[in-house]
Amino acid sequence: MAYKRQIDRLPIIPADAKKHNVTCHYCIVGCGYHAYTWPINKQGGTAPEENAFGVDLSEQQGAETEAWYAPSMYSIVKQDGKDVHLVIKPDQGCSVNSGLGSIRGARMAENRRSDVLGTQQQRLTEPMVWRYGTWQPTSWEDALDLVARVTARVIDDGDEDDLYVSMFDHGGSAGGYENTWGTGKLYFDSMKVKNCRIHNRPAYNSEVHSTRDMGIGELNYCYEDYQLTDTIFMVGANSLETQTNLFLNHMVPGVRGDTLAKKEAELPGELHAPARVVVVDPRRTVTVNAFEEVAGKENVLHLAINSGTDLALFNALFTHIADQGWVDAEFIAASTFQDGVAQPQDEQHPAALGSFEAARAACRMSLADAAAICGVSEADIAKAAEWIAMPKEGGARRRCVFPYEKGIIWGNDNYRTIGALVNLGLATGNIGRPGGGVVRLGGHQEGYMRPSDAHVGRPAPYLDRLIIGGGGKVHHIWANDHYKTTLNASEFKRVYNRRTNMVKEAMDARAGATREELVDAIVAAIEAGGLFSVNVDIVHTQIGQQAHVILPAVESGEMNLTSMNGERRMRLVEKYMDGPGSAKPDCLIAAGLAQALERVLREEGRDAYADRFKGYDWASEEDAFMDGYHANTGQIVTYDRLRAMGNNGVQEPVIGYEDGKLIGVKRLYADGKFDRHGREDKKALFCCGAWRGLQAPGKAAQKAGFRFLVNNGRSNINWQNWFLDKDNDFVADRYPYPFLEIHPDDMADLGLAAGDLVEVYNDVGATQAMAYPVETARRGETFMLFGAPSGTQGNVINAGTNELILPNYKQTWADIRKISDAPATVKHLSFKSKEYRMG
Amino acid sequence: MRCRKMAEIGRRQFLRGGALATAGAAAVAVSGPEARAAVAPARVAYPANRLANIADLTVNEPLDVAYPDDDAPGVLLKLGHPVEGGVGPEGDVVGFSTICPHKGYPLFYNAEDRTLNCPGHFSRFDPEAGGQQVWGQATQNLPQYVLRVDDDGEIHAEGVDELLYGRLSNVL
Ligand code: SF4
Ligand code: FES
Repeated sequence: MAYKRQIDRLPIIPADAKKHNVTCHYCIVGCGYHAYTWPINKQGGTAPEENAFGVDLSEQQGAETEAWYAPSMYSIVKQDGKDVHLVIKPDQGCSVNSGLGSIRGARMAENRRSDVLGTQQQRLTEPMVWRYGTWQPTSWEDALDLVARVTARVIDDGDEDDLYVSMFDHGGSAGGYENTWGTGKLYFDSMKVKNCRIHNRPAYNSEVHSTRDMGIGELNYCYEDYQLTDTIFMVGANSLETQTNLFLNHMVPGVRGDTLAKKEAELPGELHAPARVVVVDPRRTVTVNAFEEVAGKENVLHLAINSGTDLALFNALFTHIADQGWVDAEFIAASTFQDGVAQPQDEQHPAALGSFEAARAACRMSLADAAAICGVSEADIAKAAEWIAMPKEGGARRRCVFPYEKGIIWGNDNYRTIGALVNLGLATGNIGRPGGGVVRLGGHQEGYMRPSDAHVGRPAPYLDRLIIGGGGKVHHIWANDHYKTTLNASEFKRVYNRRTNMVKEAMDARAGATREELVDAIVAAIEAGGLFSVNVDIVHTQIGQQAHVILPAVESGEMNLTSMNGERRMRLVEKYMDGPGSAKPDCLIAAGLAQALERVLREEGRDAYADRFKGYDWASEEDAFMDGYHANTGQIVTYDRLRAMGNNGVQEPVIGYEDGKLIGVKRLYADGKFDRHGREDKKALFCCGAWRGLQAPGKAAQKAGFRFLVNNGRSNINWQNWFLDKDNDFVADRYPYPFLEIHPDDMADLGLAAGDLVEVYNDVGATQAMAYPVETARRGETFMLFGAPSGTQGNVINAGTNELILPNYKQTWADIRKISDAPATVKHLSFKSKEYRMG
Repeated sequence: MRCRKMAEIGRRQFLRGGALATAGAAAVAVSGPEARAAVAPARVAYPANRLANIADLTVNEPLDVAYPDDDAPGVLLKLGHPVEGGVGPEGDVVGFSTICPHKGYPLFYNAEDRTLNCPGHFSRFDPEAGGQQVWGQATQNLPQYVLRVDDDGEIHAEGVDELLYGRLSNVL
């Protein structure tokens, strides 16, 4: 049975309902929504004066109406301890989404914990400590005391290397400036923890080192640039699924030609046409399909290159564009470094950086060579070069925006590949200009505010590998689930289970002991190779199953939270409901931990060290915001000012406050000065990174040894919201198991029918998925859904990273065997093509 | 029936960003609950409306209908094999709303792979799988009719299993 809610009507929002600003916290796009709340015993009516929309709701409303909400946009939640109705619906006035909701964001309400409706009962409500062989609820004081006492035993002033920390660095979700500041202040200011990592990668590092080293921050444009551009050159991204409303509300109008009048008005004196599109992706995605539908096939070029060969393609495009003279010579002369090599290749720089000519020499790649490496035709590469850079009729510079994401971030040779793409943007003068930008599209929103991480070093410690090697004594985890989303996950889980079980057993053996005796027992187990694991999260995660202390956090909407989206648009999500039980904002949990550490250290007579943990007397998340973001960014932004800016917020950096409005910056680098690398001359650098095959250790051998490429990534329905959606009936109904897209002929070879369960296995591990036939897949190339709770794709990703510890997920090869006929849970599924077909 | 030509108009109008209007201008003819003071029932009272006769249907040819009133366009499909929610002698007749539950654009039937497709934002639904969204933006699967076929082959709709787009009560 396809899942149906059997809901035939919904309570009507009354005219006097409370209305809160909400930015969807699931993905990078950050769509505007409003949360309406009103007392449980009240309801609006169908007459215009009785409802929030002022329209007659006894009539059918038309398409795109503001006056409708789906059952998924409704819930009953607690607000100030009382049950209230809640509707969270898209905001038509927000420039990001103009009223569009997505399959993820438009389920925000349904994904709130509701004790009345029974949703999200998986949310953690109380601190828990491992006792008597299970997790027992306890107070914050008790839980934090245990964490502080064990932690204090393994750290000392100037020696905090045995404390390992996994901490999210993102905005949205339960991230945001408040919370990254709280943890950042604790671990990077009070302490100098260097053995740490970020939520989605095994080290504490940038995912885009090269663009920053070249002087260019990765979020340098605004979404409107898709409406102003001549060409979108999209790489390793599937925006219809993973930046949905950016695609629908900005890219589609740009390629459909809806924005021609806007182009004429804002960019007069040059020829304008609907934007053309180049998509670089080994896989044909629904993004390619949708672009073809709106632009016409003739205006979309899909370069389905061999997996991992992007660098060869970009270098050939760079060479060809330079040879044709289609570069912006004036821009290169004025804004980029001129004299050979500025930064030689070394341990921290996997390629040299320098002038345009230096890069041209180092990156030289003919169309023929690239065609052979990439598996696409010379003519198509030349065509892409023309679409990117051939001057327009009349001689004007062609505008091109270059969005990229995990296809190259988590792909072969991250540093050089991203550098080569930025080369294209620099050479063609497409950074800081309307219709330009070389930008990462993003996953979560951003919300990073922390003291310097310079002490971590570069290359940063490979934390997962250190743990596997027996490193670390205490592990603090802030909303990371290595078990679902790390690489080399098979081995990681084996070792992590063993080391944390040693501590569990030691705790079990001392049941009933005093705190002091218990801490002694834990420390003895740690010294014997065990690991004490503290897990801060909103739900009980898979790695959380190994935790000894679990601390419940709240997320967006249950606290006030600020973040910025992929065009640096900062908004305040107003708290509209209570968090579950005694769950707290991460920033206040970090503060509580700091205070517990101070107390314990003082008790132990370590006063000087204890003093380092002062300065956390925050009563609310707003205090953390003022201590972090406000104090460190010119003291301009406050909650009140941000609230007044509504769902359109302000684009960072915020440079002023005038006439009651925060003043931001539409595009970075509009003045042609580049400073992300910290160079005083403010000149951008080109990347001199030649093609060097599959760079990460073990990849070439894996490719030679196994039959199928196991490409991997996300889907529209399973994306940055999955932590909640594993408990959502609508989502679980569609994909009870992660899908493996595979060509029907490959399925026939393997004796597979749609929905059969398969094992995917290779030299490093094995995992399980559900076969989904896809006619447009290439033979021998599969695509597996990443991050599923019921099939960890990371089990078959080897440990190989680039020089700066960036994981390489996309280049993975494995064999596949059937393990089961389609189980009953998938019998009702549709296995039709995901591509839109008018027929 | 939504012929190919209508689909083309729809494609132009919606994919090219045309204006939108409420579907259906016909007078409302609802046989809803009678207007008298009474305790409101817990669920809306669905009318039992005759939509068509089994004899009107041809395999894989959509028949345009409306339910529970003329402002709520839908489709009857005879699929040629038993399917979820299917009625009639072969258990193959199903009915669905054809207003996209995402933003209310009209859906079009693709007979080739038997899907209902939305030109608004590319969502598609599978009438052979209870209206499951194959891929798309909507946060619910496609509302399906509860159908009954009587001895004369008359097909009656008597309920809907999801909230219809554009109304906060399935029966207005
Ligand atoms: S596109 Fe992203 S931000 Fe927008 S509603 Fe969907 S999940 Fe939320
Ligand atoms: S209205 Fe149908 S997909 Fe948006």
